Amino acid sequence: MLEIFGLLAQGFTVALQPFNLMLIIVGCAVGLFIGAMPGLGSVNGVAILLPLTFLVPPEGAIIFLAAIYYGAMYGGAVSSIMLGIPGASTAVATTFDGRPLAKQGMADKALTIAAMASFVGGTISVILFTFFAPPLAHVALTFGAPEEFALMMLAFATFIGLGGDDLAKTIFSICIGLVLAAVGLDIMSGEPRLIFGDITGFLHGINFLVLAIGIYGIGEMLWTVEENAKAGGKSMLSEATLTWQRTKNNIKEFLGTWKISTMGAFLGYFVGIVPAAGATPGALLAYGIGKQMSKEPEKFGKGAVEGVAAPESANNAASTGSMLPMLTLGIPGSPTTAILLGGMVIWGLEPGPRLFTSNPDFVWGLIASLYAANLFALILNILFIPAFIWVLKLPFTILAPIILTLCLVGGYAPTKDMHDVWLMLLFGIVGYLMRKLDYPVAPAVLAIVLGPLAEPALRQSLLISSGDPSIFFTRTFAGPIMVVALILLFMPVLMLIYRRLRGGGKRKAPSESAAE
Amino acid sequence: MTVRTAELLMGLALAVLSAYFMWKSAELPIGWVPDVGPGGGAWPFWLSTAMLASCIWILVNWVRRVGPVANNESPLFEPGNFLPVFLVGSALTICIALIGGIGVGGFEGIGFYGALPLFLIFYLKVMGNHSWLVTIATAVIIPVVTFLFFEIMLNITLPKGMSEPLFLPIYAFIYSL
Repeated sequence: MLEIFGLLAQGFTVALQPFNLMLIIVGCAVGLFIGAMPGLGSVNGVAILLPLTFLVPPEGAIIFLAAIYYGAMYGGAVSSIMLGIPGASTAVATTFDGRPLAKQGMADKALTIAAMASFVGGTISVILFTFFAPPLAHVALTFGAPEEFALMMLAFATFIGLGGDDLAKTIFSICIGLVLAAVGLDIMSGEPRLIFGDITGFLHGINFLVLAIGIYGIGEMLWTVEENAKAGGKSMLSEATLTWQRTKNNIKEFLGTWKISTMGAFLGYFVGIVPAAGATPGALLAYGIGKQMSKEPEKFGKGAVEGVAAPESANNAASTGSMLPMLTLGIPGSPTTAILLGGMVIWGLEPGPRLFTSNPDFVWGLIASLYAANLFALILNILFIPAFIWVLKLPFTILAPIILTLCLVGGYAPTKDMHDVWLMLLFGIVGYLMRKLDYPVAPAVLAIVLGPLAEPALRQSLLISSGDPSIFFTRTFAGPIMVVALILLFMPVLMLIYRRLRGGGKRKAPSESAAE
Repeated sequence: MTVRTAELLMGLALAVLSAYFMWKSAELPIGWVPDVGPGGGAWPFWLSTAMLASCIWILVNWVRRVGPVANNESPLFEPGNFLPVFLVGSALTICIALIGGIGVGGFEGIGFYGALPLFLIFYLKVMGNHSWLVTIATAVIIPVVTFLFFEIMLNITLPKGMSEPLFLPIYAFIYSL
């Protein structure tokens, strides 16, 4: 224990050197800005700025990139809340309640809660990281394809509870997301599939951003245009004010969510450690469990502060968690850490357990810088809230074309293919119509993110067991996860049967909550 | 068109889409392939089947009038609400077509920076009824900021179409710095 404190202190002497401190602050600011752009997340920020780091020594480089990563994780919430467009897949769950809060004129509250929850998630996870790194990495290392698939199933099972009350539409939404994720080349045989008459644009698959920006960007804008017309041209993006009194209340309200934020931090951290799971399912799970834990679960989806705190705490914690297998085992836990790992190799470091002994300055400097990055990201984020709110006050007819411009860029940038921009427009229009008919769209977006991870996990598991599905139930970790997932999955059906038996066959009409 | 009618049409359209996905997935093996595991088409095929099943479920709910949407006889668009949505959707479609062309008649598009100002002028003037000063200023500032941020700072090159030659001197200038 003392040894860890000694090493951490040594790490702080690296992280707090003026030059490295400056890198942390600049990195956080740049990350916050990139994360706040719809469609650009931590992975874009780290990927785009990786070449810049060849100018500084490895400690500085990793500190800079980690700060960008952190800043972007904070920033992702900003576009989720302000525009209703998740800045990255990790912030999808933040839109569920952050957006309704902003629409009710409480964007400042949502942003403050998101920032503070991120800080709690980040800080708790860094502390966990510091003390429990090696043993936890070994647990995660035993996870194979069956465990991964069980985790995915758990994530999908929580969707069923998230999509409002219409079960058929929720299931449809999940399945279409998973099918769209399968478009492109079959990962095992390399054969093209679902390319719809040899349209070459489908060969590279459908990037999740195309669907996400289509639905949350273009679809949301069309929706807002209509709402705007209903309101007689008055802006739907309601104003938010920022005063000292309000900020104090916001902080007080955040402190009331401490249980859920702490839960999100622990959950996010452990999900983040598992390679290939990462922050998106972590945030989603935290949202679902937060709903279960809340005293007022019916407020979820309509602007519950706990619905912002849970996923934001979890996604930041998961981003720290995903660095654990990267540093200790050389296995990236997320796309962003995969790029960081690539960077480490370029800087001449050998990732793996030996890194802790061969380059302690690097490892502990990074860990210490995570503490610092967390603090600066919080401060910068809070300071920028007035600027984010100012953006809201622009007339809608100026803001809307700016957002649509960002959508066009965001749809084009990942693949540099106009085909994807057309596809995004199509998804936007269809998504808008589906939303008008109460189809939940969030599960589709989450499914397209998880699809490419879930399919190989399932196929590899079945290959290991020669087609015997019991492999998911007989393994130490996969079994319990799978059982919980199945219970969650069949919960609505069981509830329906229960209600019918009690209500004499008369079913209550699903509530209006599915509309938002 | 009422919401109820739209629900039926959407349910039918999505059912057809699901069946189409099933047919296309079945081009690859959908069953167990010895020594390979589940075939390449299995995952999308069975998920498309689930899609079709949920569409049938939605249609059954429609027939039995279960749920608020299936009972909603109010119009899908209230009078006057359809036009703005249609205009924005169309403007966006035309804008995308102008950026990269649609592969007809050798038209390769006027590029992002050609189409975007036109889109912005349309939106601000027709949809927003802003003054010409605000309109023109926005139509100039946004593409310039986009160019500086994405192309120069982040190195994300946007499609230029036939306007490409106009950008060569700008690039030459920037990379000479």
